[in-house]
Amino acid sequence: MLQRTMLQSTKGRAMMLQQLINGVALGATYALIALGYTMVYGIISLINFAHGEIFMVGAFVGLLMVATFKVNFFVAMLIAMLVCMALGVLIEWVAYRPLRKSSRLSALISAIGVSIFLSSLAQMIFGADAKGFPDSAFTMRRIHIGAADISTLQLLIIGVSACLMLALEFIVRKTRIGKAMRATSEDYNTAALMGINVNMIISFTFALGSALAAAGGVLVGLLFNSVSFNMGLMAGLKAFAAAVLGGIGSIPGAMLGGLLLGITEVFTVAAGYSSYRDAIAFAILVLVLMVRPTGLLGRKIQKKV
Amino acid sequence: MGEVLQAVIARIDPYFLQISVNIGIAIILALGLNVVTGLTGQLSLGHAAFMSIGAFTSALATIKLGLPFSVNLLLAGAISAATGALIGYPILRLAGDYLAICTLGFAEIVKVVFLNLELTNKAFGLSVPPPKSAIPLPIVVWLAALLAIVAVSFIRNSRFGRALMAIRCDEIAAESMGINIARYKVHSFAIGAFLAGVGGGLYAHSLGFINPSDFGFLKSIDILGMIVLGGLGSIPGSVIGAAVLSTAPEFLRFMANYRMLVYGGLLVFLMIFRPNGLMGGVNLKELVRSWRS
Amino acid sequence: MALLKLEHVTIRFGGLVAVHNVTLNVDKGSIHALIGPNGAGKSTIFNLITGIYPPTSGTISFRGRSIAGMPTHRIAALGISRTFQNIRLFSDLSVLDNVLIGAHTRGGWDLTGALMKFAPWVQREEREMRELAFSRLKLVELDHRAADSSGALPYGEQRRLEIARALALCPELLLLDEPAAGMNPQEKLALMEMVERIRADGVTVLLVEHDMKFVMGLSDRIAVLDYGEKIAEGDPCEIRANPQVIEAYLGKAAPFTDAASDNIPVARSAVCW
Repeated sequence: MLQRTMLQSTKGRAMMLQQLINGVALGATYALIALGYTMVYGIISLINFAHGEIFMVGAFVGLLMVATFKVNFFVAMLIAMLVCMALGVLIEWVAYRPLRKSSRLSALISAIGVSIFLSSLAQMIFGADAKGFPDSAFTMRRIHIGAADISTLQLLIIGVSACLMLALEFIVRKTRIGKAMRATSEDYNTAALMGINVNMIISFTFALGSALAAAGGVLVGLLFNSVSFNMGLMAGLKAFAAAVLGGIGSIPGAMLGGLLLGITEVFTVAAGYSSYRDAIAFAILVLVLMVRPTGLLGRKIQKKV
Repeated sequence: MGEVLQAVIARIDPYFLQISVNIGIAIILALGLNVVTGLTGQLSLGHAAFMSIGAFTSALATIKLGLPFSVNLLLAGAISAATGALIGYPILRLAGDYLAICTLGFAEIVKVVFLNLELTNKAFGLSVPPPKSAIPLPIVVWLAALLAIVAVSFIRNSRFGRALMAIRCDEIAAESMGINIARYKVHSFAIGAFLAGVGGGLYAHSLGFINPSDFGFLKSIDILGMIVLGGLGSIPGSVIGAAVLSTAPEFLRFMANYRMLVYGGLLVFLMIFRPNGLMGGVNLKELVRSWRS
Repeated sequence: MALLKLEHVTIRFGGLVAVHNVTLNVDKGSIHALIGPNGAGKSTIFNLITGIYPPTSGTISFRGRSIAGMPTHRIAALGISRTFQNIRLFSDLSVLDNVLIGAHTRGGWDLTGALMKFAPWVQREEREMRELAFSRLKLVELDHRAADSSGALPYGEQRRLEIARALALCPELLLLDEPAAGMNPQEKLALMEMVERIRADGVTVLLVEHDMKFVMGLSDRIAVLDYGEKIAEGDPCEIRANPQVIEAYLGKAAPFTDAASDNIPVARSAVCW
């Protein structure tokens, strides 16, 4: 009944449109992180638990560049992406590669170890309280669209996310290395036999995913004006939920999942259940895994005995 | 009888007493998780949630119902076990990684719910009065830990335990030998949850004050670290791992800031260089045999 | 009397029809073989029988009772056990433990039994299971390795262990999936004798195998699959001479190689009129 009243009134419609915009902006950042999860899972069947921390590191690097080195915001984001690409590759090499032949349990525990290590390191270096971006970083203006507002920041987020996702799609679908990535994710061993340098492809996948997560980190840091050592865990888990919702291993799925999750979260808060905002991602995750584990766009994998 | 024990307890150094209680509770928690993760091979990242359910059930049972402690603990364990079975049933169909994340999600949901519930005093935390027990708390803890060690040892060396380990090794082969995978997984989950619930109840009464935020991801990882360090599936390993990791913060107070850093690094290091932990996957019988020879 | 009956069984995986309209009757007490080129659907049929996939259509019955769609563990409890093409041992566990797990359905005590470890009824069950396990290990000549880690066993012994494990279930029907794969001629001969002993014990055997001497020397009846369909069935002599079978395997008519050119003495049915 609330919905009907909302849809009927212009004010209600405006509010819904506003929340939709908010949701899309938030969802776009989840999508950026979710892409990293889905690509890594697709290629080595590992949930990169440390991915959320890469997001966090990206946010800090961006913050550092802007606040301390007074760098332009875009450049800061680029630097964050580069740093995190290196970090992602390093993590894979140190903590996952040696375990490629071991059990999944070992790799997962190792990933958890990396995650704890990184967030503790950040806490040690930057302290426990959240930091904000200086006001000079980005001058925000509000633009009216119909009855709702969209801030230039939200536009930027949506714009940057869309560009990055398009770039990723281009790399994966139209380049040779992208083809190698797809081959490796389909069948690791055969790809190796075909002469693909699988190690390099895996590193490249990590690099790409980390770059996107870093971009997401800077954007989220700006959006909420808060960067802290523990932002990685929650964001990472939510992004994972988004990846599963969309269908793990599917790039369009991660984008769709991210958007849907962002919108759902925003509407949950708008409906008055703000204290459950974090739990909603998990509820979705559990629900999807119970009802339709392959997600919305994922492929069904047949058991091979 | 009670006064005799009280007198005995009073003569022990309180600092040592507290440490031994912490170790005892850690052993119970570690053994519970070891049944799920070490024996059955199901990675649970949300074990603290069952501890939380047990802790609050037990605390409320003392506050509102005034139940005698033993009943209280059994109730806490039973409610946790029931929750474990309920949750376990739908999600245990999932493959390893997904199951792990789902357990994590479940734990987060429990935390958020407790933080918002009137009954658990929301985010303010609950003050826990002393338990209704003639036997002093430390002795209850030691007895419970001993019982847990014996019970899990019995489980490991039985038809039931073998079925669990078969599931860990190869589910399809296990099923082909007549093992109902879903049923055994749920049972193992329930056992783990039961022990976590009892541990939570003991924790609540030992600490005197509990807050839902105490039972978050970090606590689950703490317990996981204990069984990984000791060796997955190894019972003496869980005991040693629990002892080491629950006392380490005390001895390493000077590096308190570096604690989680070392922890994270240790997990990675162990997985790469010594995945079988300190005990190397050995069980007690083999250990004793090797000592004797 | 047919112990196992597959009637017009078809299974489709998305667009791929892996098994099409296959009818198969395995008689009690016989050794029945399933042969065919790679990808013909032989392992799929095993997976259908053991309930890993349900058939898209058709019926599967065991001892007259429909088992299609039943979960794997229930089918096993009914008396059908198997080995796997790619060995699936419980490699972290000891040789004895592997066979004890095979004997799982012979017992009934679960958690309560575990906690009552020293109760006489539990101890008796455990003792009986151990005796059964050791007897199976003796059958495959691995009893001296009982305490060893199963993962450390050489390949041939691992295959034998898998058979011992499957036998510990005391099955009425034993499915052997390429049991001779990777074995040398002596091992194959020993395996043939072992399978004969198993049949003599009253177990019906259905096997998938590529080694023709092995199949011809052991089987009472052979069914041939190609592209998911049964193209021939009969006793070894009939199959050897069947031109469709030969073509399916070799493309054009080429006789099966003479047994004498390999070192395996072929038993009874190799001599055809």
